[in-house]
Amino acid sequence: MVEWFYALYGGEGSLLYMAAIISSILLVVLPLLLCVAFAVYFDRKIWAAVQMRRGPNVVGPWGLLQSFADGIKLFLKETIIPAGANKGIFLIAPMLTFILALISWAVIPFEAKMAIADLNVGILYLLAISSLGVYGIIMSGWASNSRYPFLGGLRSAAQMVSYEVSIGFILIVVLINVGSLNMTDIVLAQEGYFWNWHWLPFFPAYVVFFISALAETNRPPFDLPEAEAELVAGYQTEYSSMAFALFFLGEYANILLMSATMAILFLGGWQAPLPGLDFIPGWIWMFLKICFGFFLFAMVKAFVPRYRYDQLMRLGWKIFLPLSLVLVVVYAGIWVYGGLVPVRG
Amino acid sequence: MPPILEDYFPILIFLGIAIVMAMLFVFAAMLVARQAPDPEKLSAYECGFEAFDDSRAQFDVRFYLVAILFIIFDLEIAFLFPWVVSLGDIGVFGFWSMMIFLGILTVGFVYEWKKGALEWE
Repeated sequence: MVEWFYALYGGEGSLLYMAAIISSILLVVLPLLLCVAFAVYFDRKIWAAVQMRRGPNVVGPWGLLQSFADGIKLFLKETIIPAGANKGIFLIAPMLTFILALISWAVIPFEAKMAIADLNVGILYLLAISSLGVYGIIMSGWASNSRYPFLGGLRSAAQMVSYEVSIGFILIVVLINVGSLNMTDIVLAQEGYFWNWHWLPFFPAYVVFFISALAETNRPPFDLPEAEAELVAGYQTEYSSMAFALFFLGEYANILLMSATMAILFLGGWQAPLPGLDFIPGWIWMFLKICFGFFLFAMVKAFVPRYRYDQLMRLGWKIFLPLSLVLVVVYAGIWVYGGLVPVRG
Repeated sequence: MPPILEDYFPILIFLGIAIVMAMLFVFAAMLVARQAPDPEKLSAYECGFEAFDDSRAQFDVRFYLVAILFIIFDLEIAFLFPWVVSLGDIGVFGFWSMMIFLGILTVGFVYEWKKGALEWE
């Protein structure tokens, strides 16, 4: 992407290279924030439709501008920092969540080689950054110095950490067929149309990954850290104004990131699903696949009742961990003995 | 700049931009909105009660246990990454080496399950 902009500007020099870097970052970040605003809106609309309600429908046509109205309202609210809180950490926590949710998009390719940084260890970078996400939550829980955020932060940290293990194993399962950690290579390993993509041979892995992604992003049915009935709003309880908005933006940016990761790992990234549809640019397919992933997230939120905490931990450690471990063993066995593993130099 | 760092340089810039954006959001909101703190507003939210004591009290040791187990299994995954990338070159021998390693870890996992480390009642 940087090279693309650099060639577009048609010159030489480090200043122009910087401009190319900044343009490609803005080309990712600004649409992302816009998408997050509409993702919140569509989330509420889908939720409402499932419950036979109308959802937001006042601000703008069909309520399309609802998220922007909410954003402006939050922006104009007073930032309340509780007297007992550690003020520095209290403010850094939402910023950290937001920053990490943004910079993980650096390695997501929207078309072949079209990522801000097409790292050779892209998926490892993604795993590393998403692991850091726990810090924002545990810092906010600790710094608030209040019961509900404290309990919510602890729960959330334990939950994210538990499901990260199965996410890691599922990544290994998919990589057996790729033999590279580069995100573009992962898509190119499933070259072809929808029957060539990873979702078909790795279907159990796809299901486990999706459910783990729900838990990892604290989405319903695993939204225990902010289970309204018992913990008010969990780690966000003491937050107001833009500090709260940053948590919210970060959360939805992470959901979109998980949808994008699923699109790359299992749904063939930017590739067209059927022959004859190749004339549509790749980034549109990528966008549609992210929308599909987000739609699944929204539907699960509307359909599934919330888990209890002990059930959640049982599912994570006693079912998903052994299951994903078995998947690694079984797929590696089939791929090694079937001679399907790609050999690289 | 060495080529390996050149790949990561855009991420550094991205990090900078993200930090600036986050700070801009929070501090601009502080400047724009009227700040009128008062002791009641700044007290910790506890459903209308005065907080009895410091909230950073004891908590369940199981959370530590989860953290420790996580380190073990995450480290295991860190070992699996180089293995899976080179699986095509190391073939059957590499496959069985990793299976033995995973087998030892599974024995440990069964042990901690039997010990009740995974119970939340």
